[in-house]
Amino acid sequence: MATPSRYVGTAQSRQDGPAKVTGAAKYAAEFTAPDLAHGVVVSSAIAKGRITAIDTRAAEAVPGVIKVLTHENKPRTAWLDYNYRDQVAPPGSPFRALNGPEIVYGGQPVALVVAESFELARHGASLVKVTYDEEVPNTDLEKNRGAAYVPPKKRSGIKPPPDPRGDAAGAFDKAPIQLRQEYRQAIEHHNPMEPHASTVVYEGEGKLTIHDKIQGVNNTQGYVCGVFNLKPDDVRVITPYVGGGFGSGLRPQYQLYLAVAAALDLKRSVRVVLTRDQMFTFGYRPETVQTVALGADRDGRLQALTHDAVAGTSTFEDYQEAVVNWSGLLYHCPNVTLDYKLAKIDTYTPSDMRAPGAVTGIFALESAMDELAYATGVDPLELRLRNYAERDEGEGKDFTSKALRAAYEQGAARFGWSKRKAEPRAMRDGRELVGWGMATGVWEAMMMQSSASATLMPDGKLELACSTADLGTGTYTILSQIGADALGLDLDRVTTRLGDTALPEAPLAGGSWTAASSGAAVQAACRKVAETLFGYARGMADSALANADFAHVTFADGEIRLQTDPSRKVGIADAMRAGGVATVEATETVKPSMLTAMRYSAYTHSAVFAEVKVDEELGVVRVTRVVSAIAAGKILNLKTARSQILGGVVMGIGAALEEESMLDHNLGRIMNHNLGEYHVPVNADIHDIEVIFVDEHDDKVSPLGVKGLGEIGIVGAAAAVANAVFHATGKRVRELPITIDKILA
Amino acid sequence: MLSDSGSSASPGTIPVTLTVNGQERRLRVAPWTTLLDLLREELDLTGTKKGCDHGQCGACTVIVDGKRINSCLALAVQKDGARVTTIEGLSSGSLHPVQAAFLEHDAFQCGYCTPGQIMSAVALIEEGRARSRDEIREHMSGNICRCGAYANIVDAVEDVLKGKSSSRSSSVREAAE
Repeated sequence: MATPSRYVGTAQSRQDGPAKVTGAAKYAAEFTAPDLAHGVVVSSAIAKGRITAIDTRAAEAVPGVIKVLTHENKPRTAWLDYNYRDQVAPPGSPFRALNGPEIVYGGQPVALVVAESFELARHGASLVKVTYDEEVPNTDLEKNRGAAYVPPKKRSGIKPPPDPRGDAAGAFDKAPIQLRQEYRQAIEHHNPMEPHASTVVYEGEGKLTIHDKIQGVNNTQGYVCGVFNLKPDDVRVITPYVGGGFGSGLRPQYQLYLAVAAALDLKRSVRVVLTRDQMFTFGYRPETVQTVALGADRDGRLQALTHDAVAGTSTFEDYQEAVVNWSGLLYHCPNVTLDYKLAKIDTYTPSDMRAPGAVTGIFALESAMDELAYATGVDPLELRLRNYAERDEGEGKDFTSKALRAAYEQGAARFGWSKRKAEPRAMRDGRELVGWGMATGVWEAMMMQSSASATLMPDGKLELACSTADLGTGTYTILSQIGADALGLDLDRVTTRLGDTALPEAPLAGGSWTAASSGAAVQAACRKVAETLFGYARGMADSALANADFAHVTFADGEIRLQTDPSRKVGIADAMRAGGVATVEATETVKPSMLTAMRYSAYTHSAVFAEVKVDEELGVVRVTRVVSAIAAGKILNLKTARSQILGGVVMGIGAALEEESMLDHNLGRIMNHNLGEYHVPVNADIHDIEVIFVDEHDDKVSPLGVKGLGEIGIVGAAAAVANAVFHATGKRVRELPITIDKILA
Repeated sequence: MLSDSGSSASPGTIPVTLTVNGQERRLRVAPWTTLLDLLREELDLTGTKKGCDHGQCGACTVIVDGKRINSCLALAVQKDGARVTTIEGLSSGSLHPVQAAFLEHDAFQCGYCTPGQIMSAVALIEEGRARSRDEIREHMSGNICRCGAYANIVDAVEDVLKGKSSSRSSSVREAAE
């Protein structure tokens, strides 16, 4: 069967768009039930210690308050840690809300007040009196660096740093150019616009329907079944829309636990929505301190590279991400040593945040490469081309594809990089200094096992389904495009259903793997439908396709046609009639090729160019222009793909200039826990961003040749901005975010 | 909450008349209920979003008596007699030009800030303050989009301002009035 690309690879508006622009799209907190009660969480006022008394009488005395759940009266739940471990839990002991009087981090939930209305629950929550025996919290990563350790148990799915190659220390000592600097990434919080929420609808007899803010409904289902000892058949999770995730919705969060506990306890429906303040009381991008040492010859060719990182994690779990691995991968270098350690602090466990590890590590590596460019007098882009890695030298494998060179070339041409003056402080626009910087980005191209179904309806419409989530990533639309092309249908006759545990199981939406994984599953299911239809068509009396082979037909305009003679054709509707069926359905499961994974390394790449304008008197930095050139295999939808990269760049600008969750180490609490003080980019912060997708044919990485786009847009963006700030001002800021005080210092 | 919601716990309710999306609603509302919570919890108009409840994100933007406001910062009882337009009341049948422009320009991703962005844009166009891309950026900066669709939001608003995106219907004015 030939599959012409009528929709795949084109720009299509989102299929979920009409629901979103009219307000019809329902998010987790917007489902309701006739018996719905509202829960509001009481958060701990201390970061470490014990609850000595919790007085709920005043809250319970409020008419309309139904129940106050605390560690003293919470329902019994599973005993073993195993039951609390979700699909992406790192090694350790998962946090359990209301498990006992111990306080292990600031903002920890200590009570849930359930009432007839949200306002009553909120009022009740304000009346809960908690008395603590307070201990001195330990939240300063700097003070704990000395106790950093190599995580004894590796997190599943996260590669530890590869073994050293060559002799980095020896080669560094001999290198004519030696640079060693320390770089720092601040804590960031995801802050999706939709606060975390769970609406638990009590269906009676222990059955629950849950609308949870989660990037994959199966993870919620598995967690709830494990913790509350329920059967999967009794727990259906439906979340058709997710109001932003960026990783914060990968793991089930405590509002889910509390809402389910209350619903089972009260035998009625309960909704718990976190406040924006409480969005700062769970996962985050960890603070990470890194040292990068580069030894090079006078032409900038790398001789030695070491990259060490120490990242914060909680006292109860060893969260891990790949921070330093990229440094052994991105450039040709014979001597490399990479090291990644953790240090425990009294906070919640960090969690994956858009391009976890890569944002952090690439900022350090690409800042260091920029410093090497100035140290050697080699243009930053030329320096990267001189050190271009043709193979994955860390693992000794070829790449499935790598069009990074084309990304460098096309990005530089569009940006006008050749007009850059090499010296810092050499470019000016009125009172503002102008700086141009660039950086490379890289992210893993992954595929996961996924199932999907395709159902051709009696009216000729095609319905595709799997359980993964569309976080705004465009998944609804790209899956429909794949299905429309596979069966030769108009796109408006294809719909996709997602976010429901009743649908074929697909992985969590994360890691940039959804398009490759669920896309391949949809294609496989559609192929099966096509085969069935073809079988019916060929079996018809006097069939025009009687002796045809499946490999030689094509599906177009509702017909099955012989490629060599399109006049020999059978209508799909006729084929279904001949088969005596009203619908044709197929469910298929796809898996990544282990053989390919053994032989090849698969990565997306980017070349990011940024222009900043800096008012030196005020210390204000504006990012006036960004060109992001992306090599990510096949692009399925030019419109939504561009948006993915735009969004990544915007979040990268936030990381570069604005985003920092600030801990008060005396109190162990985050001080700026709201959107007025935790700054994310607003419209006026963002100017021209241009996205280029370079051609990158890849027949190995995944069945569709897709590599994924969710993360790559952010990687390298902060380094490009930081490097532009140096070019503008001559000031090297090695600690993100680059705030005004650091420019003026 | 409404007087007929059966709750005996409200701290007394106050009669309020609101015209919501052209429909007059006579309600009894507790004094602590925000306009946002009234819309979402009592009138089932969940198109208006709660992102921060502190007036810091703009997800709850609605048009009240022709002006865009953060509905999380307004108590419902303060708005007695007001005309309120939410995203659900912006169009009937075909999309409002701003909605159509958001769709065409992919001016959203997750969709959660989108109703607020659209209501803000509708009011901004009526305010007549945005004549350049920089002015659109400035006057749309009360609406945070964490997905980072800003460039496309500016494109969409600019498109409607220029009257490119289908003909600018009188519904823009109606909604803002």
